[in-house]
Amino acid sequence: MLKTRGFPNRLGIQGWAFGGRWGPERYLYTLHRITGLGLLLYFLLHILLTSSRALGMEAWEQAMGAVTAPIFTFGEYLVFVAFAFHALNGIRLVLVELGVGVGKPIEPVYPYRTSLNVQRPLAICAGIVALVLIVLGTLDFFILD
Amino acid sequence: MMRDQKLWTWHVVAGLVVLVFLGLHMTIMHLDEVIPAASLNPQGGHPIDWANVAARGKTLFFPITYVVLLGAALFHGLYGFRNILFELNPPGALKRVLGWLLALAGLGLFAIGTWAAIAAHRVALLA
Repeated sequence: MLKTRGFPNRLGIQGWAFGGRWGPERYLYTLHRITGLGLLLYFLLHILLTSSRALGMEAWEQAMGAVTAPIFTFGEYLVFVAFAFHALNGIRLVLVELGVGVGKPIEPVYPYRTSLNVQRPLAICAGIVALVLIVLGTLDFFILD
Repeated sequence: MMRDQKLWTWHVVAGLVVLVFLGLHMTIMHLDEVIPAASLNPQGGHPIDWANVAARGKTLFFPITYVVLLGAALFHGLYGFRNILFELNPPGALKRVLGWLLALAGLGLFAIGTWAAIAAHRVALLA
């Protein structure tokens, strides 16, 4: 039996990053965390920067002028990609939490079957919609704009 | 229902609110060429041009939904961050301090953002 030494999260930060053999959904969880933290960091700065519009046109244009370099555009693009993934994966998580698309409970009889395989189509659908959004965003950011 | 179960339920509800309004925000800001909508960028040009910012700010819909999005996103994000931190099993006293710090940070940013939405609405009406 594994020794937890009183710490349920035995692996700490390592436990967040490495999913072992838990399957693709476990890595979607890691990506959900990374994108969530990235979006939160951006959002906190975004509130402060865009609040400049309350001070009028000059303050707004000065604030927006400070973030026109290509590195900021690319950063914004990453925020859009993170949003697309986090939103679609979030919808998947809500559906799974509500019991949608996870199949019916079955007797735990050998050979055991994991419900993760039943959920896989949901993850694939969410991934496809996220990809479509990312493609549209890429078009808007770098080709049509 | 335990307190954390209630907070988790609110976390999910806030996530759905964010999904709707951030979806709209992203469509306006970053899909404006793919999905051009005159009502969202009434002055034409770039969505962050002052003319468009002021035109959206003049309406009641945008300032109100900004505040709703602000509150929901701050709660969703900061509660999610709190959950991540708590998974590292900090001692009980540190958990309480972290919880309060995140709540205060959230309230402070909500106050700044709400002030900005209301003040920008007034500025847009006067322009």
